[in-house]
Amino acid sequence: MARRLERIDRPIKVLTDDIYALSSIWNMLYVAVPRIFPALLVLLMPLLSPGAYGERVVIITAIYALLALSWDFISLSTGLVSLGQALFFGVGAYIAGLLNLHLGLSPILTLALATVLGASFCTALLAPCLPLRGIYFAMTTLVYPLLIARVIEATAIVGGTDGLVGIDSFPNAWVETYLVLIFLLGCGFGLRRFMTTDLGLVLRSISDNDQAARASGVNVTSHKLIALWIGAALGAFAGAYFTHLYMFVGLSAFSLDLSILPIACAVVGGMGTLAGPVVGAFILVPLAEMLRDLGTLRIVSYSLLLVALVLFKPEGLLSYLKRRYEQVERWVEV
Amino acid sequence: MVPSLIIYGLINSVALALIALGFSLTYGISRVANFSHGALYVVTGFAAWLLLNRVQLNYYLAVFLAVVLISVIGASIYRLALIRVRGMPLLEIIVTFALGTAALEALRFFGFFGSNYSLPPLFRGGVTLLGVPVDTQRLAVVVIGGTLVFILWLVTHHTRVGLAFRAMAQDEQAAMMLGIDSDLMATWSLALGAALVGLSAIVLLPLSFIATESGANILVSAIAVCILGGLESTAGVIVASLLIGYAQILTVAYLGPHYQMIVALLAILVTLIVKPSGLFGKQKELEERV
Repeated sequence: MARRLERIDRPIKVLTDDIYALSSIWNMLYVAVPRIFPALLVLLMPLLSPGAYGERVVIITAIYALLALSWDFISLSTGLVSLGQALFFGVGAYIAGLLNLHLGLSPILTLALATVLGASFCTALLAPCLPLRGIYFAMTTLVYPLLIARVIEATAIVGGTDGLVGIDSFPNAWVETYLVLIFLLGCGFGLRRFMTTDLGLVLRSISDNDQAARASGVNVTSHKLIALWIGAALGAFAGAYFTHLYMFVGLSAFSLDLSILPIACAVVGGMGTLAGPVVGAFILVPLAEMLRDLGTLRIVSYSLLLVALVLFKPEGLLSYLKRRYEQVERWVEV
Repeated sequence: MVPSLIIYGLINSVALALIALGFSLTYGISRVANFSHGALYVVTGFAAWLLLNRVQLNYYLAVFLAVVLISVIGASIYRLALIRVRGMPLLEIIVTFALGTAALEALRFFGFFGSNYSLPPLFRGGVTLLGVPVDTQRLAVVVIGGTLVFILWLVTHHTRVGLAFRAMAQDEQAAMMLGIDSDLMATWSLALGAALVGLSAIVLLPLSFIATESGANILVSAIAVCILGGLESTAGVIVASLLIGYAQILTVAYLGPHYQMIVALLAILVTLIVKPSGLFGKQKELEERV
């Protein structure tokens, strides 16, 4: 007897999809809970995690979540895959450090400036490569962080191999913890909303089929520039935050680690969902912190995990959960 | 100064060509950009070192076994992993890159880093060419590199397997129509590419230390040569390694050793921005730009 797995939308999903004047409290909760519950969880996490070390882990997780979100946004909205999130991170980190050390600006101001300037700088660097696609664009993004790190090493500008030390930290622990979490939530929900606007839909059409988008009269390159700028801004913010958190910025801001872990987070959580990479980061980064005693073996473990997931479960956790939340499965005879 | 620049530039160029040949061969046949290239290089080095010093094998046997081992590893990367994501270039890159990183970091964890490990040279002693002292191992690099390029040309132009390789490179669908097993050929291409980078490791590593840190540099050098030359062209590999090889030696001589990798990285960027298909690549000229 041949059987197949049939998937049907749950009735409540269909109801909440189409009717905008929601009638029952259950319908409202069905829509609201998956959005509000994770947001509350993120905001409560610093209070739930024990001690200064726990808070530090939460902050680092949020920083990686921003990088992963930036990666996913760029790949979702332009179809370009970045192998060099470290570029955005490092540029943001160094700009924040330099502004703080040489101009004496306060951390909040440097964060804002580093985000805008860093994003513009990275976009300017990548702009000539934007007509490239696929593996060619991936290679340029892989090369940039390596190149910048070598140039800093060779010319000993901006501190050379010693890095910049003595950077100001945040005014107090509450700002230090909650600024990044609120920024992360704002970006996460904001970008999901952004993808449903007209501009977001045009961007998605570019990632689906750029030739068709161009044939419909869309200026592909300028739209890609906008998307890249937004993605780079998230990465630069993460880097600038890291600089003020550790009061130090060095060549490690351009390390390969920062390029691989965000991709791993996106694959774990589900690529192309924007929320998925954040979920992935909140799973993988604390795990990586726990494995810190293992030394470089933790890079081995998450590289292998990344390979295994890409090969056997490319769907991602969030897509799986979404499917179970919205649909029922049953076996039917063929 | 000038004769030494010419001679060492040539040696550096042949070394680059040796490193890049495997990458170019694999990409040219199966369109898999093998980002674990650098890791395969380092793994061959340590495998040969272990066989020589722990198992105490004869030099030639150890080297032979190390190269066979690395080509088996290359084939199994395709058979066990890449075959599932075939045709999705970015996932291929992520998978090979992650595998390479895992291998390198695992080696580092087991203590294989620093300057404690080196392979013995095949030839000792040195000669003087045009008033420049050159050790014999470096001359051997040039001779072996030239021979390998020649053998590769013979294989791809005058054997059935080689012709099947080139058919795959030109049009995979048509090749499959003519009964060429695409997966089998891709497996062979990964194995051959790995064997080539293994051979280059055996020849080049005696000139310095076996270090896990060099994995990334090897990968970048291979990519630089292949991008500049055009990703699927053997002639391109030769011309590009001459260009980059001499550019590196000149910058090292006049600016300092830090600039060696910067030359390679700049070569990648400038080529991709100005002419993404490289100097000799023709096949994908239209596809890679919007």
